[in-house]
Amino acid sequence: MFESLTERLQEALGELRGHGKLSESDIDKAMREIRLALLEADVNFKVVRDFVAHVKERALGQEVIQSLTPAQQVVKIVNEELTALMGAGDSKLAFGSRPPTVILMVGLQGSGKTTACAKLANWLKKDGKRPVLIAADVYRPAAIDQLVTLAERVAVPVFAPGADVDPVEIAKRGIEFAREKGDVAIIDTAGRLHIDEDLMEELARIRAAVKPHNILLVVDAMTGQDAVNAAQEFRARVDIDGVVLTKLDGDARGGAALSVRAVTGKPIKFVSTGEKLGEFDSFHPDRMASRILGMGDILSLIERAQEQIDEQQAAAMEEKLRRAEFTFEDFLVQMKQVRKMGSLSSILGMLPGIPGAKQLKGVQLDDKQLDRVEAIVFSMTREERRHPEIIDGSRRQRIARGSGSTVQDVNNLLKQFREMQKLLRSMAGGKMPRFLPRGFGM
Amino acid sequence: MDWYDAFKGVSAEAEAALAEEERVERSSLLRRLRDNLSKARTTLRDHFRGILFERVDESLWEQVEEALIFADVGVEATVKIVARLEAMAAERNIGTREELLDALAQVVSDMLRPADPDRQRIDVSATPAVILFVGVNGTGKTTTIGKLAYRLKELDKTPLMVAADTFRAAAVEQLEQWAQRVACDIVKGAPGSDPASVVYDGLAAARSRGRDVVLIDTAGRLHTQVNLMKELEKVRRVVEKLIPGAPHETLLVLDATTGQNGLRQAEVFREAVEVSGVVLTKLDGTAKGGIVVAIHEALGIPIKLIGVGERLDDLRPFDADQFARAVFSGEGVK
Repeated sequence: MFESLTERLQEALGELRGHGKLSESDIDKAMREIRLALLEADVNFKVVRDFVAHVKERALGQEVIQSLTPAQQVVKIVNEELTALMGAGDSKLAFGSRPPTVILMVGLQGSGKTTACAKLANWLKKDGKRPVLIAADVYRPAAIDQLVTLAERVAVPVFAPGADVDPVEIAKRGIEFAREKGDVAIIDTAGRLHIDEDLMEELARIRAAVKPHNILLVVDAMTGQDAVNAAQEFRARVDIDGVVLTKLDGDARGGAALSVRAVTGKPIKFVSTGEKLGEFDSFHPDRMASRILGMGDILSLIERAQEQIDEQQAAAMEEKLRRAEFTFEDFLVQMKQVRKMGSLSSILGMLPGIPGAKQLKGVQLDDKQLDRVEAIVFSMTREERRHPEIIDGSRRQRIARGSGSTVQDVNNLLKQFREMQKLLRSMAGGKMPRFLPRGFGM
Repeated sequence: MDWYDAFKGVSAEAEAALAEEERVERSSLLRRLRDNLSKARTTLRDHFRGILFERVDESLWEQVEEALIFADVGVEATVKIVARLEAMAAERNIGTREELLDALAQVVSDMLRPADPDRQRIDVSATPAVILFVGVNGTGKTTTIGKLAYRLKELDKTPLMVAADTFRAAAVEQLEQWAQRVACDIVKGAPGSDPASVVYDGLAAARSRGRDVVLIDTAGRLHTQVNLMKELEKVRRVVEKLIPGAPHETLLVLDATTGQNGLRQAEVFREAVEVSGVVLTKLDGTAKGGIVVAIHEALGIPIKLIGVGERLDDLRPFDADQFARAVFSGEGVK
């Protein structure tokens, strides 16, 4: 029941793989699976209908029948159609010719607008921009406090005149504030139902007052069929430019992404993937399609790793690994770098073959576990970290006490470490993995 | 269902007073919901109007399936509903649109009604009765607590809120504003502090101040976050340890816009903290919340409350019949 879209498509297409050529009934069978999988993935049923019809039409064409590998052709078609449906190429923000560039964040209640505002500010800051946050949600209790707190955390200026000021006025004055303090103004608005006449009207007035360069609709990745209603209505009323897809770190299959893209024609620009403020990325439709089809989001992972791991350090590490001189000191450095990339679960989620929580059941994705491992290593002396073989019984007891763990924990870690060294030795001379071997310290 | 029927453990006088109020209030609520629903571009009634004039044939069944899918009921539950509907249609020789709609509503409400009606009530008979609110981010836990505290006070209860969402920025402030609005006691923890220790303090305060219902707000968390789910388990353990038999209710707050992932949420939260009921929020939009059918069918978790708007009194007891009719005929939930 909880097979992922990836698995379902693999199942459907896997059956095709056994045949030399495709019959119409083969294709029908595959299309039925795809249709079911997409519906279970919350893709809107009208979008599903169009998508499946389109794929079928192409699959039935000569290019497949006369191809030497028909199954591969169908995989390719589904992949291409999925990519096309979500929009080709990368989607970028529009920047004004004169600062400040204005970004208006809109959406339903609880979709994650306020958090997305802060994450976007953080993302823009890393990109060399000077974002400013504007608190125009005067309705939800403490929404302003939330944005102010997050602004502090990201260390960007925030304009928050209070809950008794008209949101249109806040937005207008916020732009003035942004002109002085930065170059991008991000306006957080109250969550509203798309059928709430008064609040939708208010949004239209904010839009008219500040003429945003970007209006981004924030959509929860767990949304079901109703995603199309909300998206269509927001587009009709304020003409959105793009979508921010949130809570993508869950195991929702995210069919809403496909639906919203299909019915609004607007690109998904960003994805938000975790509790940490850095867990926010630009959206890559080609990668998303690849991910849906089971190829994993390995490209995103590599990009994030490159951004956050010091290249030279990595090269030195690789050299050490190659000569199997890896010590606990190196281990600490390595661990710090992995952590910079975000939580373990978000990193593993990007690896191919691990599309959802199902496959991860046995694996503990507990960042606190890393804390414990780190504590044990911190409790070792420098000598012990370099030469773990000198750690005897009394040293183990001391380390256990120092790190608040048990001798057994220390033993486990030492054992795993030895195994890893052994593994490294056996691989010596070959190309080393850049990341911690799975299972280590977990 | 009425409020005076929604709880286990409220006094008879309080119930009677509320019953009268209910009758007055209901008419205006219903009107408001009708207004809301009429604003939606296409309701399911329109959908059915278009299709059900036709004779009952294969394409009609397909369209019924689509309507169910559109309501987020999910493929598996849809197949079940259609099979039962087909059996009923054959048995009763159903030929018209109205008859089929009635039968559909009946099948769905049967699927939503627990065998023991008592299971649908919210148990506040213990003193203090402890209600733990859990769910993924942004479903409306804090808002639901505010509204429920208001309702409990109307029923002569003395609720106390515990702000154990120490993670999300300003979550404590949000609950605090609700506490002020409904004049309810609140115990809060410092940002970043251990939620279990805040809960401990809250329960101790409820006892020493003699409060009879404790409403615990927890941080929204995706069910896939292993360490956060463990944290929640710890909160539950602390409650269990301090007050035997508690928590008396563990309510999963679910957003009506949620798709098929809702079932997974219910499954994982149930496994972690023994969910006793679902609160379905944001039903005032165009989303139908049909995933609760799948949740009740697959997991047997009763739906207890629904959220239908922004106002204090926009939290209602769940009624399977009304819900089924509203979902599939475009009428308001009351």
